[in-house]
Amino acid sequence: MNMPNHFQENPSRLMNDKLIFRLDWVSLLLYITLVVFGMINIYSTRFSETSTAFWELGSPVGKQFWIFMLCLIILPAILYIKSNFFEHLSYIFYGLSIISLMGLFLFGQTISGATSWYLIGGFSLQPSEFAKITTAMVVALNLSSIQTDMKKKRDLFKILFLIALPMFLIILQPDAGSALVFMGMFFVLIREGLDLRFLYLFLSLILIFIFTLLYGPFFISLAGLILIFFFYLFMKRIASKTKKLPFLLSFVICLFFSYSVNFIFNSVFEQRHRDRFNVILGLETDTRGIGYNINQSKIAIGSGGFFGKGFLNGTQTKGDFVPEQDTDYIFSTIGEEWGFIGSSLLVILFTLFILRILYRAEKHTSIYSRVFSHGFASIIFIHFFVNIGMTLGLVPTVGIPLPFISNGGSSLLAFSFMLFLYLNFDANRLNG
Amino acid sequence: MIRKGTLLIFTVGACFLFIFQLMSLQLFNSDYTKLSENNAVEKRPIYPKRGLIYDRNGTLMVANQPVYDLMVVPENIEPFDTLELIHGLSISKDELLLQLKKAKRFSSKLPSVIIRQVSKEDRAMFQEKIWKYPGFYFQKKLVRDYVLPIASNLLGYTSEVNTSEVNKKNDYALGEMIGRQGIEKTYENSLRGKKGASFFQKDRFNRIIGPYQDGRFDTEAESSEDLNLTIDAVLQQYGESLLRNKRGGIVAIEPQTGEVLALVTAPSYDPNVLIGRERSKNFSVLVNDTLAKPLFDRGLQAEYSPGSPFKTLNALIGLQEKVITPNTQFECDQGHFYARNAFMKCHCAYGSKNDLIKGIYNSCNTYFAKTYVGIVNKAASPAEGVDRWRTHLEKFGLGDYLGYDLPIGKKGFIPNSTYYDRWYQQGRWGGTTIISNAIGQGEILTTPIQMANFTATIANRGYFIKPHFKKSFSQKEKDSLFPKNYTLIAPQHFETVVEGMHQVVEKGTARIARIKGIEVCGKTGTVENFIRLNNEKTQLTDHSIFVAFAPKDDPKIAITVFVENGYWGGRWAAPIASLMIEKYLTGTVNRKWLENRMLNGSLLDEYAKPLSGKPFAINE
Repeated sequence: MNMPNHFQENPSRLMNDKLIFRLDWVSLLLYITLVVFGMINIYSTRFSETSTAFWELGSPVGKQFWIFMLCLIILPAILYIKSNFFEHLSYIFYGLSIISLMGLFLFGQTISGATSWYLIGGFSLQPSEFAKITTAMVVALNLSSIQTDMKKKRDLFKILFLIALPMFLIILQPDAGSALVFMGMFFVLIREGLDLRFLYLFLSLILIFIFTLLYGPFFISLAGLILIFFFYLFMKRIASKTKKLPFLLSFVICLFFSYSVNFIFNSVFEQRHRDRFNVILGLETDTRGIGYNINQSKIAIGSGGFFGKGFLNGTQTKGDFVPEQDTDYIFSTIGEEWGFIGSSLLVILFTLFILRILYRAEKHTSIYSRVFSHGFASIIFIHFFVNIGMTLGLVPTVGIPLPFISNGGSSLLAFSFMLFLYLNFDANRLNG
Repeated sequence: MIRKGTLLIFTVGACFLFIFQLMSLQLFNSDYTKLSENNAVEKRPIYPKRGLIYDRNGTLMVANQPVYDLMVVPENIEPFDTLELIHGLSISKDELLLQLKKAKRFSSKLPSVIIRQVSKEDRAMFQEKIWKYPGFYFQKKLVRDYVLPIASNLLGYTSEVNTSEVNKKNDYALGEMIGRQGIEKTYENSLRGKKGASFFQKDRFNRIIGPYQDGRFDTEAESSEDLNLTIDAVLQQYGESLLRNKRGGIVAIEPQTGEVLALVTAPSYDPNVLIGRERSKNFSVLVNDTLAKPLFDRGLQAEYSPGSPFKTLNALIGLQEKVITPNTQFECDQGHFYARNAFMKCHCAYGSKNDLIKGIYNSCNTYFAKTYVGIVNKAASPAEGVDRWRTHLEKFGLGDYLGYDLPIGKKGFIPNSTYYDRWYQQGRWGGTTIISNAIGQGEILTTPIQMANFTATIANRGYFIKPHFKKSFSQKEKDSLFPKNYTLIAPQHFETVVEGMHQVVEKGTARIARIKGIEVCGKTGTVENFIRLNNEKTQLTDHSIFVAFAPKDDPKIAITVFVENGYWGGRWAAPIASLMIEKYLTGTVNRKWLENRMLNGSLLDEYAKPLSGKPFAINE
């Protein structure tokens, strides 16, 4: 079914088709739109009367602007490299990024508590951003291999290990937010044949987690027991041969998980972690202390109204009420200055962007390309969901940037790189 | 399908979730806009200085003076010696600690007031050692400065707005001053001006980081208007000193313009006691003085029976209604029987024959009783007669508010037929039943300013202009605001009454009011009055009243003087009115002996009589 790539090579067709016509212009245009819109808002968050011209390095968006220029000039070169070049070098890239992650413990720069950066000539580089790409590459490579079968424990564990290794290194920095992004690979595995029970388990565990924090483990265990019992009765009516063991087992898991969440939450978590969840779940309403960020962010967005306060007119933004406003909380500036129109449009743009990549990915003839593109979409999704969710007060505070929008050279560079890889695979799908 | 759709469902789900949340934050919840403004924008008011008040001649009466609020920013305080700090600031240690605690509770980063309105002198003393107290500083503020210690009753006073006023009026904020009474209240808007505001962008530490949107929303303060009063400060001051140690009021009006030249009430108070830190203490002393009632403006609020001056009005109405002519004579035998067994006394000699002019200058009760009965009974019915009489009086501005530009006043009272129909059975009363009205006693009540106004009407020979206290009107405003209010009396009748009033001073009851070189017209009054003492109606010494205008042919001043329990009109009121007229028209007073008698005279013993608890004699 999935023919090895080199069997399909057809040089004459490849030469005749111009790259311009094969390129996924929709994604590229969405990308440019997002980055430009992002720079406009970064400019606004850092705007002051004495601002210099935007293209100067010292100005608020200077760095971001030049990195974007760099991306537009250099990265298109990727499009001219044969796709299987990257495929073959997946492990090399992966190895390099693992080394760079480990190197952080020796040469890394500590900024606000996390050793996540290399400082090279005035620029700081965050290797965890690039580890996302290389991890997506090795996962794609493994899954595209004809020998790999996720039903086999050995193969599954190998893939899980490849994902967990960078995660583990990143957690040690510690940068839990960036580590969380690797969870996006879960979607890829589901797509490529991971047992669907994992998906159900995953969803139930999330529900149990939230409800345990809200209502306590006893109530959840009771509710779980009742639900599982009725589900068992229902299944038994349909198929009389239904075994009791799986239901019993799932109840035990539910019970165990619920109590361990309770235990971990109250005994292992530090107060600041607990607070983050409590504020989101509405168990705490302190708006000055722990809830301050979220509250200020909501005020900023809420005060934008339908049309927003206008570019450079955000009072919350100017007053610097929301922390990390050019990076993690940039969506609050967008909400304040561009209102419902602007912010919902941005949400829709992101959704379209992800859906576009997914749509194209399904058309890829090469498994490697498909898996990688899927990985790309998943990673953007996690960033998109966690970041905007956090800014809107729906998700606990986790510090990860909004792709293409947030200020940050490494992030922009890595995501641009990933986009051009995707464009490459997408444009070359006929010849693989 | 599930495999391919998982991420798709998650993505679309997240999209809907976010848009839903955005809608609830941005479209259906307006709280956030408000929160954001409170958060990020600070509005700082710009105050214009309160308008100055001048008298009619440009003499400054009311100015502004700086006082200083001692402020504190709690987070900057270092330990200090409280006893040393309170020394010279007249605040107790407990009070200081309480204020500090309040300030801390309010905010540790923002300033709070610790002591309000420290005087210039205290502040100068404290300023020398303020370096010892980091966190404390003075904030300047303007309060009133009464350059002349007079006219407190008509100027009113200012004080800080209270919380309920702030809630009601959206233009005021706590700590701002508002006019409370008198001129300060009436002309609050023009005296206050319009405060401007500058908006500042704050950061999350509540620090100002610059103008908000380049000052796009800033508004300029509109400067206040200075005010010229119609009051003559010299005359006002003179009047206040003449009424010292007496109770009563003086109202002087320029007849041709309706401008009030003086509005004196006694006892009064120095307006300067109602500024500064002692304000509330002093104010309660004034409020609690229920005997002398220094806050009660007797010129505007006291309703007295007008007494004999009222005879001039009855004379005018009698002439107009053709009840009498100037030549009509009535005989008076120390009074007359107006009904069987009903005798009205008069001080005319036995067998006097009075015509109108003589009736006025002798203040003959009989003459006006007969005139009044004629007015009432000449009509188709007494009811019609009384109502007609009342209509005439209304045209003199009696029985209702005059509409002058001060916030207090009384209507007085002129009875009508309905009133008497209620008292007596319908149709069971006539002119003789209500004969006391003839001589200004009975049911009639007037305030001194109403009396001054009808005196001005007589001086003008038939019209008055609404009395007022603000002088600075343009001619156009004057024409529309102050039309001539004509009476229903023909002009020629006034000449007769004016001549009668002139004779009052020349050879009648008020010869003491004669001024060399000025033709004064006047009318004395001696008003019986009663109070309820130990649940018994007790008569007190008569009030002393005098209304006058001068000069006779070109009146420049019309005046009413009312001295409570002043025995008779010629004893206190007439001399005081005469001195006031002389002072106003000539600028000096030649009759020093009379002036000294009035300045030094005191009626305090008279006022103490009913309070002594012992039996007392009156009118001796």
